[in-house]
Amino acid sequence: MTELIWLAIAVPLAGSVLLHFFGRFLKEPLPGVIASLAVGASFVIALTAAIPFFEGGAHGEAVLLWEWMPAIGANIEILWDPLAAMMTLIVTGVGALIHVFAIGYMHGDERFHRFFAILNLFIASMLILVLAGNYAMLFLGWELVGLCSYLLIGFWFRRHSAAAAAKKAFIVNRIGDLGLMVGLMLVFTAFGTLSYAGIFDRADAELTTGLATAIALLFFVGVVGKSAQIPLYVWLPDAMEGPTPVSALIHAATMVTAGVYLIARSAAIYELAPAAQVTVATVGAFTALWAATIAMGQRDIKRVLAYSTISQLGYMILAVGTTAYVAGLFHLMTHAFFKALLFLGAGSVIHAMNGEQDMYKMGGLFKKMKVTGITMGIATIAIAGIPPLGGFWSKDEILAAVFERGGYFSFLWVIGLVTALITGFYMARQFILVFLGKPRWDEGVQPHESPRVMTVPLVILALLSTIGGLTNTPIRLSLEHFLEPAFESITLAHPPEETWLLVVIAALSVIAGLVGIGAASVNYLRPREDWERWEGGLEPVWSWWGQAYGVDEFYGRTIVAPGKRLAEVTAFDIDIPVIDGAVNGVGRLVRGLGAWIRPLQTGYVRNYGALLLAGTVVILIWLLVGGA
Amino acid sequence: MIDPGWYMGLAAVLFMIGALGLLLRRNALVMFMCIELMLNAVNLTLISAGRALNDLNGQVAVFFILVVAAAEVVVGLAIIVSVFRLRATASVDELSELRG
Repeated sequence: MTELIWLAIAVPLAGSVLLHFFGRFLKEPLPGVIASLAVGASFVIALTAAIPFFEGGAHGEAVLLWEWMPAIGANIEILWDPLAAMMTLIVTGVGALIHVFAIGYMHGDERFHRFFAILNLFIASMLILVLAGNYAMLFLGWELVGLCSYLLIGFWFRRHSAAAAAKKAFIVNRIGDLGLMVGLMLVFTAFGTLSYAGIFDRADAELTTGLATAIALLFFVGVVGKSAQIPLYVWLPDAMEGPTPVSALIHAATMVTAGVYLIARSAAIYELAPAAQVTVATVGAFTALWAATIAMGQRDIKRVLAYSTISQLGYMILAVGTTAYVAGLFHLMTHAFFKALLFLGAGSVIHAMNGEQDMYKMGGLFKKMKVTGITMGIATIAIAGIPPLGGFWSKDEILAAVFERGGYFSFLWVIGLVTALITGFYMARQFILVFLGKPRWDEGVQPHESPRVMTVPLVILALLSTIGGLTNTPIRLSLEHFLEPAFESITLAHPPEETWLLVVIAALSVIAGLVGIGAASVNYLRPREDWERWEGGLEPVWSWWGQAYGVDEFYGRTIVAPGKRLAEVTAFDIDIPVIDGAVNGVGRLVRGLGAWIRPLQTGYVRNYGALLLAGTVVILIWLLVGGA
Repeated sequence: MIDPGWYMGLAAVLFMIGALGLLLRRNALVMFMCIELMLNAVNLTLISAGRALNDLNGQVAVFFILVVAAAEVVVGLAIIVSVFRLRATASVDELSELRG
């Protein structure tokens, strides 16, 4: 089955091509069905091919499909190992559910088929990224998902804000990509190949600590861009301009986790660069806290989730920086489940509220939307880290592993713990503002439960969020055993051995989550005037949170404005007078010369004849007088 | 035998007549005849030089010139006819559109 794994990429790609060229001849919902089936087929293929890994012990293998640039180790080549299998299953599994949901959500959109064409292209690109057997192909996928992200954020490009958000995401990602690209060049100079096989086995021998640190940090620049870490996270909240299934699929469950995957894949390089690992862990921890605080002050239902995603990505980055790769990937998986669920639930709510996204204008929706309410409630406690749901096991494993590292990492553990508390607060705040309390709807809004095609994926995801955490509990480390062959040569950070310490750490994070939920419940279950007064009492801090610390304005002033000024100077002060001046000057010179010589052309044949004759005579005389 | 110098002198006189005619006359047909005159002056030079130097190449060159001149006459007359149809005149001073 492994030789056929390329089908997992080819099927969605074929679906995308088909829908791009023939989608407009198909009646809604046929394009959505085709796209969903393609991703579903991809999932089944991956699942079949992953059987040896479930049985345990299998190392996986590289499948060479086509020699593209063998001289630099850049071939179309698939590495099918447990890590790739896990990522593929998440991408296609969650992706298929979101495709189905989108059939309902995008109902009636005039570019229905185009949406699914791009969505399928995205799945194919993401699979290229995670299945790549060398860095060149990974980079190809990396750029392709960036492109799909751009296309999908700007899907409703007639809205100015959507077009601007798409550009912002693309440009910010490019900054990160530059780092990754330079890192890959360094890898190539050090190893002479970009193939994983030729790099990871020889990393020990070829890399000095300095070089490994440089490569690891440059890779991390790419990660910071793609996985939305400080300071390049600003594109992710704006990416919420895209349709909600896009937010769920790309900006929560899959694409943004590419950075986590990249670090996990490059573990052999990171292991040689302890300084880079500490940097990664620190950035992750601070991003988690930073974004969580911002999430508290948001009014837009999707923006809360966007900042929550950044915060959770911070946890994953913290984990991989602490070398707790399995914990990080575990959180990646559970997060994919509950964050996709949260976004789809939010989409269902927005759908019901006729496009309203302001949580202050919601409230009391639980009675109207039972399925959405219950599933989102499950996701809320899952992300807050309450046992036995998904988020508890994965977040706790991260925090325990960070704690076990000790020293400086204890400080990061405290940050993670505080973030857990804030996470509980803002998620409970969101749930209460949306579903409980008195309705604060605008006139004429009549909420209704979404159709089956939207609620069924919610229920499945709720189920996965509930049991997803059980794949890797301290009692049964299934996921760890599954991933073991991929991290054989890597020293993994583990939670402490002592059971009592584990329990204490787990209890602390659960208490933190409960305190957050409790505080939000006490506060937001009161009448609106009370909690509005409470929020007002926190000024000016509340406004800082609401405006995301003004980072966008800060970047606008320090980077965008000077950039625009530079463009103006080069355009109006350099290009027009100097470059255009030179070009026009040449033209003017020739024209002046022409005006000067032109009278020679009288148009009378006899003048030309006379000149011809005179010229001949002059030459004749010159010859006769003995010139040459 | 007459001294070739005389023929050369005659050719020079013919050439000057042709050249001056070309420069002074305005009728395209007459200018054309002047060109023919100049060509034949050259032919005369070549033949007399060939005869004096006892070299056949002079006469060969003349045949080439005759052929070229014949071809040139065809093209030139065609141009003059079409210009005449267009303008109802054969004066070259009327055809000075290319003045710079």
